[in-house]
Amino acid sequence: MARDSQAALIALNRFGFGARGGAAGDFINAASDPRGFVLTELARPNGALLEVPGLLSTPELGKQVFDYQFEIQQARNAAKVAQQGASETPAQGSDAKQPQRRNLSLSTAAKEIAGKDPAMQPQPADNANAAMTPSATMQPPTMQTVAGPPKPPAQPLNIIQKTFRAEALARLQRGVVADCGFVERLVVFWSNHFCISANKGALARMWAGSFEREAIRPHVLGHFSDMLKTVEQHPAMLFFLDNQQSLGPESRAGINRNRGLNENLAREIMELHTLGVGGGYTQDDVTSLARVITGWTFAGRRGQLGAPGSFVFNANAHQPGPQQVLGKTYAQAGLAQGEAVLSDIARHPSTAKFIATKFARHFVADDPPPALVAKLQDTFTKTDGDLRALATALIQSNEAWQAPLTKMRSPYEFLLASGRLLARNPEDPGRYLNGLNLLGQPLWSPAGPNGFPDTAAAWAAPEGIKLRLDISAQLGSQLADRFDPRDLLELIAADAASVETRRSIERAESRQQALALLLMSPEFQRR
Amino acid sequence: MDCSESLMLQATSRRALLLGGASFAAWAYLPKFARAADGRDPRFVTIILRGALDGLATVAPIGDPDYAGLHGAIALKADGPNAAVMLDPFFGLHPAMPEFSRMYRAKQAAVVHAVATSYRDRSHFDGQDVLESGFPGPGRVQSGWLNRALEALPKGERVTSALAVGPTTPLVLRGAAPTVGWAPTALPQAADDTAMRLLDLYQHRDPTLASALTQGLQLEKQAQGNEIKPQPGGGGVAAMRLVARGAAKLMAADDGPRIGALAFDGWDTHANEGGPVGRLAQLLGGLDGALAEFQSGLGARWRDTVIVVATEFGRTARINGTEGTDHGTGTIALLAGGAVNGGRMITDWPGLKPANLYQARDLAPTTDLRAVIKGVLHDQFGLGERVLADAVFPDSAPVKPMKGLVA
Repeated sequence: MARDSQAALIALNRFGFGARGGAAGDFINAASDPRGFVLTELARPNGALLEVPGLLSTPELGKQVFDYQFEIQQARNAAKVAQQGASETPAQGSDAKQPQRRNLSLSTAAKEIAGKDPAMQPQPADNANAAMTPSATMQPPTMQTVAGPPKPPAQPLNIIQKTFRAEALARLQRGVVADCGFVERLVVFWSNHFCISANKGALARMWAGSFEREAIRPHVLGHFSDMLKTVEQHPAMLFFLDNQQSLGPESRAGINRNRGLNENLAREIMELHTLGVGGGYTQDDVTSLARVITGWTFAGRRGQLGAPGSFVFNANAHQPGPQQVLGKTYAQAGLAQGEAVLSDIARHPSTAKFIATKFARHFVADDPPPALVAKLQDTFTKTDGDLRALATALIQSNEAWQAPLTKMRSPYEFLLASGRLLARNPEDPGRYLNGLNLLGQPLWSPAGPNGFPDTAAAWAAPEGIKLRLDISAQLGSQLADRFDPRDLLELIAADAASVETRRSIERAESRQQALALLLMSPEFQRR
Repeated sequence: MDCSESLMLQATSRRALLLGGASFAAWAYLPKFARAADGRDPRFVTIILRGALDGLATVAPIGDPDYAGLHGAIALKADGPNAAVMLDPFFGLHPAMPEFSRMYRAKQAAVVHAVATSYRDRSHFDGQDVLESGFPGPGRVQSGWLNRALEALPKGERVTSALAVGPTTPLVLRGAAPTVGWAPTALPQAADDTAMRLLDLYQHRDPTLASALTQGLQLEKQAQGNEIKPQPGGGGVAAMRLVARGAAKLMAADDGPRIGALAFDGWDTHANEGGPVGRLAQLLGGLDGALAEFQSGLGARWRDTVIVVATEFGRTARINGTEGTDHGTGTIALLAGGAVNGGRMITDWPGLKPANLYQARDLAPTTDLRAVIKGVLHDQFGLGERVLADAVFPDSAPVKPMKGLVA
């Protein structure tokens, strides 16, 4: 056979989101020219951008959150006044509540005030008491008297939930319709590399999508240094890693307010975004970088520093004077100092090695072939961090096509591949978002700044496999009537399907069962 | 079109809550002990706090003249509103932990202070690797100290019931000794027949997935009948309690697991950590609740139980510019359980004078965490010093097991 079915499976599963159903012919196209099938997407100008009517910019979204929070604050104040009027013994309650104020997410604040917020996503450290009250699952006990009816109807989504779902939907739809999906896979990779978590709070949830659209997508096929700079200056990242709170101890604001550094962002820039652990930096470098990027913040509601929700450099918060990072002295004033450091770190040999290894690990194998890593590192260095060149080098290599399919599809890849095969272009992101939560990969909400795990073992755990089976069985029972699973097997694997998989599907007791087995087959789960 | 949505919606807000910050896994076998003589049936649980717990905020050295200045606005105080609970004239326990305080007074809990693993840098992920792997330094190690301890124990019957929450086993319990996991689910189950056919396919084509699926199926079956239904809306704090409740219920059973591990996320308090109330206080309340769940859930077995709570490293002695603390070194370990020789502060206190701080910023570690865990494993399960120094905590011979931790 002239066509290379095994290479087609690799093109679609390892580098893409899997074959689409219907008459797309993805597998046949991939089999006739596997490399070309993957690389074609890279040639499309602006192919990584996601511009959908209704999706707003970060400052526009920021303004909406600020307005919403302001409204809630007003309501809170009004409620407090009313409560004080009504109660003679406020001491204990207010005492316990007051210090939590700073850390409450907006959603929790909204719950407390008006009970208008159905549970969205897990919020860290929010509202321990409410959860233990079976009868008030969505509302803290204090709200019951205010909220009135014991079982209120489903509340309309607030602006933050609406935005999150709209952003999620746009991303999912793009993934479902893409030909191969390689560019979208790159977006997901880089988005996880430079992750934020929507669980950080209202602004993070609001900005999770715009962060990816503005800081990741424009540079997925551009230069690493540009992506790095855009990411570290994006309000979502500054908020996620606390940099908007970090003040130069000798800056005017630092002295006036007697506050100082927070080295969270500086550390993760070095440890997770560029050099990697063991990349040759010290605690002093972290602290110096933290000083360098003091003043990198975003404008608040009142817009004293700039348009609300936009990146601004606040000279008042910036630590004055030269700083030494990784042995080099940076004497620049203001914003230029941090940009110079980032520019150098982006080109550091440790960064090239760290990125090359992580890139190969994501696409090829948990322990990627050293020759491939060396090749990618070399490309990264020689092209000054050209990410299109990096992606091309991966596809052009032989190693990336020869390594066996030992990785597991992540939950996101699995659900999207199912959606593509079963031709379900989502109109509502709920099913996907819920599936992602269930399988341990809630969208844009990793547990820490190191992102979701990227090893086969992480996604092939017993509990995870059992849940995938339950989801597949559900999809099978609901959708199998429309398909002949044997045809679907041709669409996703054709000659690359094993005899055993083919036989399991042919001998299944029902179409429903056959579809569940197809979705769980190694041909569909491995990449 | 998306007709599965409503079904999954119900399931997921619950599951998401659990995945959001807490997990549990257990050894798949009952250890076989020659302990019929004293009738003891020891239980051991380790709770890993991921993100680096501020030990100075949890068990505060209020008697140290430098403490209040360093911990600034978030320092605990011996008196006034929300005062710390003084464990002795020098150390005060965070007021969000009344259950632990009660256990301490009942001599069923102890605190080890100024403790650290052998790791001296400040990366969470490397620090957790060292904490959980038990190796002296970070690396891509695939097994944990607790799993290697299990390998040294006489293997008894396979447990008929066990649970784990979360799609992955924590590193501390990963390794060659088989472990089990389970999580509650409200999803309709795939039919047994479908599962068996898939298993058959995996056995022919993908042994790794065959093994994973086998375990997944077994655990789901075993866990049925356990009514562990998390309530939505609680976040990580409620999850701690719920996971502990489930774990205790299964570990209390005669045929339940004896040795398990939990991991709680969310302790990385860089900003607005809060003092006696606030963010850390909420988390500590969750941990306190989890310990209480173990005590009540284990019932009569509590008297044979030791729980060790540990974290990858501590936080800076001085608060940072945002009323939080950055990554540090020395911290605390907590011991709780009826078998603990408790009511004690165990510490060689290094002091908080600038010259005494590690790298002039962190509480200096004076106790090796491995000594604590070795001591517990020795007393609780009779593991020999040699095994502990070679297999469980490789290259740790100079770190002697701490004596007298178990009553």
